[in-house]
Amino acid sequence: MSFIDRLFGRKETPPSGKVAKERLKFVLEYDRARLTPAQLEEIRDEIIAVISRHVDIADRGVEIKLEEGGRLVAEISLSDRVIPREPRPQHR
Amino acid sequence: MDRSDMARVITVTSGKGGVGKTTTTANIGVALAKRGRRVVVIDGDIGLRNLDVVMGLENRVVYNLLHVIRGAVDAERALIRDKRVDGLMMLAADQHSEKDDVSADEMIQVCDSLRDQFDYVIVDSPAGIEQGFKNALAPADFVIIVATPEVSSVRDADRVIGLVEAAGKPTPRLILNRIKPGMVARGDMMDTEDVLDILRIELLGVVPEDDAILAATNRGEPVALDGTTHAGRAFGNIAARIEGENVPLLPLEAPTQGLLNRLSGFFRAGDAAEGRGGAG
Repeated sequence: MSFIDRLFGRKETPPSGKVAKERLKFVLEYDRARLTPAQLEEIRDEIIAVISRHVDIADRGVEIKLEEGGRLVAEISLSDRVIPREPRPQHR
Repeated sequence: MDRSDMARVITVTSGKGGVGKTTTTANIGVALAKRGRRVVVIDGDIGLRNLDVVMGLENRVVYNLLHVIRGAVDAERALIRDKRVDGLMMLAADQHSEKDDVSADEMIQVCDSLRDQFDYVIVDSPAGIEQGFKNALAPADFVIIVATPEVSSVRDADRVIGLVEAAGKPTPRLILNRIKPGMVARGDMMDTEDVLDILRIELLGVVPEDDAILAATNRGEPVALDGTTHAGRAFGNIAARIEGENVPLLPLEAPTQGLLNRLSGFFRAGDAAEGRGGAG
């Protein structure tokens, strides 16, 4: 990063070749898994339906992404109603 | 390769158009013929004939692939001899038909009929993944994917690799075309390693962007005819690798450039030669 950029707190932009590679990796994970954004949306809705039968899920609480190496990951955030403010002491 | 073998059918494809398939086909054909092989290059792009002009043989086309398929003439009469290199012939595409007018079985028949007279039958596939691509792929023993270091080209190449494998063909090998050493050095272009890392196939060669290629194509003289240019040598190396030789990549150098460019290159920190892979 140049001195001027640092002075003004500008963010360093990665070289475009690197950006190209990252974008490709991302798009190919989905291409290779034959998953469309619409299908992902459908999977997300179904996960919400199943999980909410047991616990409350936060609004927009399910995030699905395909990670490198073909790992489909669903991150599920529970509603704050089911998470106690003071964590109880845990016994193991 | 055992020379008593029947010809190997090589299909050159890419998915995306405009990445240099036809130029690559012509130059591989020339480079293999220069090694003393008997080679026929076939324009598989029915309806959009191009290989003849890239090779400078357009004035000599009388019969084409479709005449042969329909049995109107023998293959021998439709083949055009390239007088500049011994052993090189071309079979043109028909301009007045459509890709669906030919079937995969017919392509296999034509290529098979040429096997005993040639060492290599090289088919230039049309862009896309429709019938024309399927026809060009059907007879292949060996598939070459041409890609440029761009997001769209590499994405399409990945898709085509999957289709080639699904068709029961061996995993294709990659020719990375039009790489610009200066841009790679600045980090503004993916390098060979980046593309191989993503596609995970074996490399057959790297052809740098070179004005000599366009200039040669303008004249209808494939650059491989002149082994002194960088691109010409790159195609020579590709031909050697097709024949199983283990040829190292040429150092990736900026192609012929003016004094000013060379000077600015000199002052630019970190040059292309610095371990960013090679060409050839």
